[in-house]
Amino acid sequence: MHADPKGVLTGAHFLDGDHACCEGALAAGARFAAGYPITPSTEVVERFAARIPTIGGTFIQMEDELAASIAIQGAVWGGAKAFTVTSGPGFSLMMEHIGYAVMTETPCVFVNVQRGGPSTGLPTLPAQADMMQARWGSHGDYGVLALCPNSPQECFDLTIRAFNLSEQYRQPVFVMMDECVGHMTEKVVIPPAEKIEIFPRRHTSQSPADYKPYQPMPDLVPEMAHAGEGYRFHVTGLTHDERGYPNMNVETQDRLVRRLVAKTDKVANEEALFETENLEDADVVLVSYGITSRVAEKALKMARARGVRAGKFRLITAWPFPEEPLRALTAGAKAFVVPELNLGQMVHEVERAVNGRARVIPVTHAGGSVHSPEQILAALMEATR
Amino acid sequence: MSDFQIHNPVEPFLRMDRMPHIWCPGCGIGTTVNCFTRALIESKANLDRVVVVSGIGCTGRVAGYAHLDSFHTTHGRAIPFATGLKLANPSLQVVVYSGDGDLTAIGGNHLIHAARRNIDLKVICVNNMIYAMTGGQTAPTTPGGAITSTAPYGAFEPAFNLVQLAESAGASYVARWTTYHVKQLSRSMAEVLNKKGFCFIEVLSPCPTLYQRRNKLGDALETMKYYKAASKIRHGVPTSEAALSMKGEIIVGKFVDRDRPDYMELMRQQFTESLGERYQEPEAMVCG
Repeated sequence: MHADPKGVLTGAHFLDGDHACCEGALAAGARFAAGYPITPSTEVVERFAARIPTIGGTFIQMEDELAASIAIQGAVWGGAKAFTVTSGPGFSLMMEHIGYAVMTETPCVFVNVQRGGPSTGLPTLPAQADMMQARWGSHGDYGVLALCPNSPQECFDLTIRAFNLSEQYRQPVFVMMDECVGHMTEKVVIPPAEKIEIFPRRHTSQSPADYKPYQPMPDLVPEMAHAGEGYRFHVTGLTHDERGYPNMNVETQDRLVRRLVAKTDKVANEEALFETENLEDADVVLVSYGITSRVAEKALKMARARGVRAGKFRLITAWPFPEEPLRALTAGAKAFVVPELNLGQMVHEVERAVNGRARVIPVTHAGGSVHSPEQILAALMEATR
Repeated sequence: MSDFQIHNPVEPFLRMDRMPHIWCPGCGIGTTVNCFTRALIESKANLDRVVVVSGIGCTGRVAGYAHLDSFHTTHGRAIPFATGLKLANPSLQVVVYSGDGDLTAIGGNHLIHAARRNIDLKVICVNNMIYAMTGGQTAPTTPGGAITSTAPYGAFEPAFNLVQLAESAGASYVARWTTYHVKQLSRSMAEVLNKKGFCFIEVLSPCPTLYQRRNKLGDALETMKYYKAASKIRHGVPTSEAALSMKGEIIVGKFVDRDRPDYMELMRQQFTESLGERYQEPEAMVCG
C-alpha cells in the first residue's frame, strides 16, 4: 500500500537528521510517539509534538524511558503505528521493553541518536558505541534489525524502511543514528505519498473463534489482532504457545525462541542494504557506517590518489550483519579497514565474516568527534603494505 | 434432563481452558476476580471493549485468566502500557489489574504520573502487603514489624498509605475494600467502569502462604475474621487518616469521587484553543 498523504510533507526541504527522521516516521504512518527528553535525540519528538495534532495522532511525553518504551507498545496493540526516540542512557533503560517487543512480536521502532558513553558520557557529541548494545542489550536470544543512516535524506528513507520491516517481521527495529547525522542539515527530498511504499499491518483475517495470536504463517511471522475487536486474545512476555498462553516447557521455549531468531534470517540473506564502490580491483576494503562513512569517502579518494586500490563497503543494514556479501570480497581483498566511533564493535563482525582470510584493521575512536580522513588513510596505506 | 448443566455464572468471563489457576489455597486474588466479573455484569460493559493490563506478580496473572483482550506486561509497567493503549484507542475501557509491589514500588513513578494526568484508567491494586510471587519479600506496603523473607527481624521502613498516595497525585476516584467486602468491592468496580478519569481501588487481600503464616496471623479464614472485625466503613474520610497497620483497624470505603477533566479532555481543550479548526482529534488509530 501507499503512504497516507496526511503524514507526507512532499517537497524538497532543508532538514537536520532528527527532523528528517520524524518526517520519515510520519510518512510511514506513525500516529503515536512517546518520548522522554534526551540529547541529542529530542528534536525528533519535538517536531512530532508540533506536527501530530494537525495530522491526527498523539504524542505523550512520559515520565521516563521505561514508560515511553512500553507506552508505544500499548499504542501498537491499540492499532497505531508507534515509535520512541532516545540516546545512550535512555537506550539502556529501554532494554527490557525491547525484549518485551521481541517476545510479544510487537511491531515498533526505536531510534537511537548515539552519543558518547559509558553512562552520561558526552551528551552533545557523537559516538557509535551502542552498536553491540543494539544487538545484544536485552536478555535472552533474539534476532535484531538495525539500520544506520549517514545523511538526513537517509534518516527519512530508513525510518520508513524501519517501520516497514517492523510490520513485516513483527519486531522492534532500530534506527541507529549518531549525533552528527542527527544534527547535520542537508537537502531532504520527500516524494509524493503515492511513491512511498508502506508495509501494512499483518492483521488477521481469521474469525475470533479460529484465531491463534502466535500461530506462525509460512514465513514464521504470526498475524495480529488489535484490542477491542472482539478477539479476546492474550499477550504475555512469558514463554507462550500458539494461543498466547504461558507455557513453561522446554519444547515450547525451543520452538518459540528458534522461530524468533529465524524469522529475520531472510533480511541477512536477501534484504540487507549496503553500498559499494570500486570493489572490483580492491586490495583493501573500507567498511564503515553512519557519520564515519562520510569521513571514509574522503579517505578513499585520498588513497586512490596515492595509488592505493581501496574500495568502499558501507553498512546500511547493521543487523543482521551482511556476512555473506562481505565474506565474498575476501576472494580479492587482502585487508579490511574498519573505522568506527568506538573502541571496536562492528569490526568483530567483520573479523567473523572474514574468518582469517584477510587482515582486519580497526581504526578506533573513543567518541566526541569524528576521525580525521588522514587517520583512516594511514590505516589504508598500512593495510596494503 | 440430560442437557441440564450447572455453570458458574462467572465462567464466560474466564479462560476456563487455563484452569486450574496458580494461586494458593486461601489467596484473595481469585475473590477479587470474582468481584470483577460481577462488576462487568453489573456495569453492562461491552466486553469486546474492556481490556485488562497486568504487570508481574501473583496479581499480574489476572490478565491471563480474564477472557477479554488481556496483556501481561513487564514488571511495574502495566500503567504506561495501558496509557499508550488508551490513547491509541480512546473507545477502550482499560483496566489495570496488578499487585502492590508491581504498582507502587517498581511502578510507583507511573502510578503517580497517570493519576496526575488523570488518564482514563481503572486501576485495581490487590494489596497483600508482600512480594508473593518471589517468595515473600518486603514491599512498600509491608507494615512495620512484619516478618518477611528479606526482613527476617521485622520490617522497619514506613509503609505507603496507598489511598492517600493516589488521592494526592490526583486520582478522580479512590476506594479501599478487603476481600471480605465482596459486595462493596463489586459495586466499586462497577462504579469505576462507568466513571471517567484515573480511578484507584485498593483491595486488601490475604497471602496465607507467605504473609499471614510468617507473621502468625492465622490462615485465610482467620484473616477473613480479622477483616470483618477490624474494618470500619468510613466513606469520605480523609485518606491521611486511613493508614494500615499489621493488626489494627482497617478503614475501608470510598474516599474520593471527584470530577476533574481527564487527559483526553485536557488535550482536546488545549489543541482546540491553540489550533482551532486545524486540530485533528485522534480517533482510533487503527492502521492499515
